[in-house]
Parts: sequence; C-alpha cells; structure tokens
Amino acid sequence: MVEQAHNQSSTKRPALYLAEYDTPNAIAQAAMKVRDAGYKKWDCHTPYALHGMDEAMGLKPTKIGFISFFFGMAGVATAVLMMNYMNAWDFNLLDLGRGYPIIVGGKPPGAFPSMVPIMFELGILFCGFATLFGLLGIIKLPRHHHPIFESERFEAASDNKFFISIEASDQNFDLGRTRALLESTGPTHLELVEEGA
Amino acid sequence: MSHDAPIKELGETYLLPEGTTAHEVTETIARVTENKAPRGWWLLFLMSLGGLGAMGGALTYLFVQGVGVWGNNAPVYWAWDITNFVWWIGIGHAGTLISAILFLFRQKWRTSINRFAEAMTVFAVLCAALFPAIHTGRPWFDYYLFPLPNQMDMWPNFKSPLMWDVFAVNTYLLISVIFWYMGLIPDFATLRDRSKNLFRKRAYGFFALGWRGAHRHWQHYERAYLILAGISTPLVLSVHSVVSFDFATSIVPGWHTTIFPPYFVAGAVFSGFALVTTLMLICRSVFKLHKVVTVKHLDLMNKFMLGTGLIVGYAYVMELFIAWYSSNPYEQWVFLHNRLGWGILDSEGNWGPLWWAYYTMVFCNVVVPQIFWFKRARTSVPIMFIASILINIGMWFERFVIIVTSTYQDFLPSAWGMFHPTLIDILTYLGTFGLFFTLFLLFVRWVPMIAIAEVKGTLVGAHPDLHALEPLEEPGAAAAPVPAE
Repeated sequence: MVEQAHNQSSTKRPALYLAEYDTPNAIAQAAMKVRDAGYKKWDCHTPYALHGMDEAMGLKPTKIGFISFFFGMAGVATAVLMMNYMNAWDFNLLDLGRGYPIIVGGKPPGAFPSMVPIMFELGILFCGFATLFGLLGIIKLPRHHHPIFESERFEAASDNKFFISIEASDQNFDLGRTRALLESTGPTHLELVEEGA
Repeated sequence: MSHDAPIKELGETYLLPEGTTAHEVTETIARVTENKAPRGWWLLFLMSLGGLGAMGGALTYLFVQGVGVWGNNAPVYWAWDITNFVWWIGIGHAGTLISAILFLFRQKWRTSINRFAEAMTVFAVLCAALFPAIHTGRPWFDYYLFPLPNQMDMWPNFKSPLMWDVFAVNTYLLISVIFWYMGLIPDFATLRDRSKNLFRKRAYGFFALGWRGAHRHWQHYERAYLILAGISTPLVLSVHSVVSFDFATSIVPGWHTTIFPPYFVAGAVFSGFALVTTLMLICRSVFKLHKVVTVKHLDLMNKFMLGTGLIVGYAYVMELFIAWYSSNPYEQWVFLHNRLGWGILDSEGNWGPLWWAYYTMVFCNVVVPQIFWFKRARTSVPIMFIASILINIGMWFERFVIIVTSTYQDFLPSAWGMFHPTLIDILTYLGTFGLFFTLFLLFVRWVPMIAIAEVKGTLVGAHPDLHALEPLEEPGAAAAPVPAE
C-alpha cells in the first residue's frame, strides 16, 4: 500500500506527502485528523468543491467579498465622476480633453436619474473583474508548475479520487512522523512526491 | 445525506440515475472533446462556415455601399437590424438565468445545462452586438460610442438610452465571459489531466492556470462564483430592461409603454430557454449525453417555457387593453389596426397589412407553449423540439412586430410608409446563424460542454456527512508532530 520513495539521487528532495482516498467521508475524516495534528501547509485536492471541508480543515472564511464590494463601489463612483465630467462639469482634467455641460431635452446637465443605469452597469463590471482577478490573486494562480504534478496518480484528482497533501516546507513536517499520521488515516495509497533540485 | 436526498413520498427522484459515478460523468463529457468528431458535426460545421461566409459577403457589401442596401427607409429606420439585435440578446438571457438565478435558488438540475447555456449567451451576445455596430452606417466611427478622450473634445450623451445600452450590452458580454471562464477552470484541469498528447496537455493546461483542485482554492472559488452569480442576477434583468428603454423612453406609439422592461425580460428568458432546448436536444443525441441530460432536465426546462410564455401572453393582452383604454388614437391605431388588424379598419375597410406577423407571434408564443401543461408533451423529444423552434420564430416576430408595426404608420398619414426586407437583410440575419453556430460547434468540440465538476457535486453521497462521522482513534505517539521551535 505504501510506496517507498524511489530514486534517491542527490538532485531530488522531498516536496510533499500525497495520500489518496476513495470517498468524501474518508477524506473528511482524514482532514480532521491532519487539522488536529497542527499542520499548516497542507491541502485537500478534490475533483469538485466538497461542502463541509472548510470545517474539516479548520479554514477561516474567505475575504474575497470585500474585494468585490470595494471595486463594485469604485465602479459606481467612476461612473458618477465620468458622467459628470463629460456631461455636467466644466474643466479640463490633466489635459484629457475639456468636459462641458451638455443640455438635452431641457434637463439639468447633471441630472441623477439618467445616470443610474450606467452607474449600475459600471459597478457590476468593476465588481466582476475584481472578483476574477481577486480570486486569482488570493489563490496564487496562474502558476506554472507545482511539485504535486510529479505524481502520476494525482491525475485522478480531477476525476474521481480525493487527495491530501502535506508539504515538506511545513514546520511540523517530518518524513517518519508525517507518514505515520497519514497512514493512520487509512489512505488507499500514500506516496512521497519529490521535486528536482 | 438525508438533507438533499429526494423525498420519495413526493415522487422526487435523483437528478442523475442512481449509481452514476464521478468517473462516468468525466468519461461521458470529456470524451466528446477527445473522440473524433461525428460526421454530423462536420456537416453542421461546414454549413455554419457557409453561413459565416454569407455574412462576410453581406457585411462587405453593406460597408462598401452603405445602409441603403437594407430595406430600412423613412419612416422605418429601425427594422431587421434592431429586430435581430433584440432577438439575439434575448436568447443570451437564458444562459445567465440558468447559471446565476438558478444557482442562487440552489436548483441543482442547472448543472447539466448551465455551461452550455452560458456559451450560448456569449455567442448570442456577440451576434447581437454586431447589429448596432453595423447599423450605424459608418462602423469605423463606432468608437464614438465609448467615452474615449479625443482631439475633438466630443463626449457621449449619457442621457440617451442608446448610451445605456452600450454599457449594458458590453458589461453583459464581459461578465458572461468571466462567469463562463471561471466555471471552466476546474474542467480544463480535468481535460488537461486526461490528455494523452503534449499539445492538448499544454493547451488545456494553459487555460486551467495550474488548477490543482485544492480545497484552499475551492473555498475562495465557490464564494467568487456565488458573488458573480449574485451580480449577474440583477445584471441579466437590467440588460433587457435597458434594451426596452431604447423603445420605452421614446414617444412612438407602441413603444412608449411602462410594461416593457418586465415584458422584455420574460420574453428574453422564454426565447433563450427555447434555443437552449433546441440545441441541447441536438447535442444530446449527437454526442450521446442522455445520462447527464435526462428527460427530467428537459421537463423542467419546458416548465420554464410555459411559465415565461404565460407572462409574455399576459403582456400582449395588457398592451392591447391599455391601448384601447388610453383613448389615444395613435396608440389605438398601432395596436388595433397595425397589429391586431381588425380592431380598427382603414378607410377602405382593410385590415392592417402586417396582421399576419402579429398572429404568427401570438400563435407561436402563446398558443404553442400551452402544450407544456401536459406531462406527455414536456417529456416528448419531438414535441419539445418543434415547440422550441416555433417559440423562437415567434419571438423573432415579436420584436419585428414591436419595431416595424409601430413605425410604419405612426402619427400623420402623410408620413406613413412600408417596410420591405432586401436580400442583404436576409443574408445578414442568416449569416449571424453562421457566426453563432461556427462558434458553438467549436465550443462543443473543444470545451467541456457540461460542467463536469458541478455535476459531480450533485451525485448521491458527493459530500461528506461531517457530523455523522466517527472520529478516528487518536494518532499514536509516532504520528505526533514535532513541536515548533
């Protein structure tokens, strides 16, 4: 069941332990145990988002909503400033081109109601972009390479298998003890993944 | 998993057949992009390329000659171009509705069709955006539409609903692309991991961004997806509302109506669901997806068409009633003569000449969907296929009726006229089908057309039952971590 670390050449060093499980319940149970053992740099790899794993892994709630909200409001503000500059106020900002009042249909140049649709749309637009790029920023993707992909079996992580990885850079990581911990969670397969020097 | 198991007493069943495994889901969906294309795909693809070519020809001729090659002329300045614009953008609405609104309502059945519908949204909005761009007559000046600083110090007029439309449609296109792509990241990773050759691995790997299914990623990803669904929901309602403002804020009889925003949104969802059904039925049989897109999904889609069809029918009746009740002779003329035909006859006792367009619309949009009251119709593939096509024909006529019958005879009889489409009108419209289907066929061939990761999340026992789990026995001394130094 446990595969010995192969290829002990000097250029390879341990990167992470990879334990494989067959069912959501098995990985949740194992995750709780790894959580309680005090590891920090570890993760669960699943083909879809498993609900309940936040608790099993002891994760704090995500803060991405703050990013989305901030940029959404920034979009609304941008829209108000832009429309007032181009259609209501009268000055030249940074030599962009002079803004001036435009009177249409006898309405005041800075009439608020007709600005609402574009305020809304620009708020949504900024919020959407901020959510995508905020997400990529938080999860640090795109990433060109990760040692976990050295494992052949890991290809099933996007199909139907569940994995726990504990990284060697974790301060609690120890080749013997970490292996024993993972073995005690009853994985169907356990391997040490190594990366090149 | 008692909380999301179907309630047998109510006749509920599992979405996918019981015993479907995650691996089967991956296989069914991913193999479409891996196997050789079926002959039917090539046939459709060549036809679509032909349509795209026709569009290219029609557009080239248009740009060289000017918009005079279309039938648009006084007093019908908006005709097929804007009809097609509104029709295409309406079709796009089903995608966002399925992906965003049904997501917020936790309608899990959406997972089998959402990717597909989102792709449809993106392509339909592209087709839609083409029409306002080309109907400006001089499309090389289209940059005037955007608030770009320029040497003329010339700014857009933000009090115009047409400007609102520029922002609404572009925002809708960009947000739809983001939403679609974000959902695709885990599925691109699946395709990357299954790839046998280096080129596929690199190509899918590029778009998968190095996704490794980490739960520390899923956690943020799920919330980001929820936020996008949350902002897309008001967005989708706003887009067709803003499109309807193009008409409703004018004083043209037949356009100047407060019922337009909800009426347009309902009609958009209605036609979008119809096109999703049409295309899904074709793809389901060509690519053998019966296991993932079941009759149950189709049944639910048809219920949506029935519901939105009833809203549209209500709007038709209410428009006529208000026109009659308003005692406004111009309003009454447009509704009772130009549309209904017999409501007011002209001086020679004739019906309005475009009455047939109105009745085509009513038949396709109000009469046809009533068949979905019957379960046998909702679960019959041939019936829903024909009905969904008729509904889309009806929805095209709805926009045609709104646009042309309101303008060809409006206020003064001396300014009345008639609209006749030209060959270039027809070629441009058919050509956008070429554009749509070319993109769509490339999509079904190279991109997972069903959200693999999301479907897996709806399988029986897909999620851990945390509180029912027995804790594992305490780790032995050997497994205890080394204390931090």
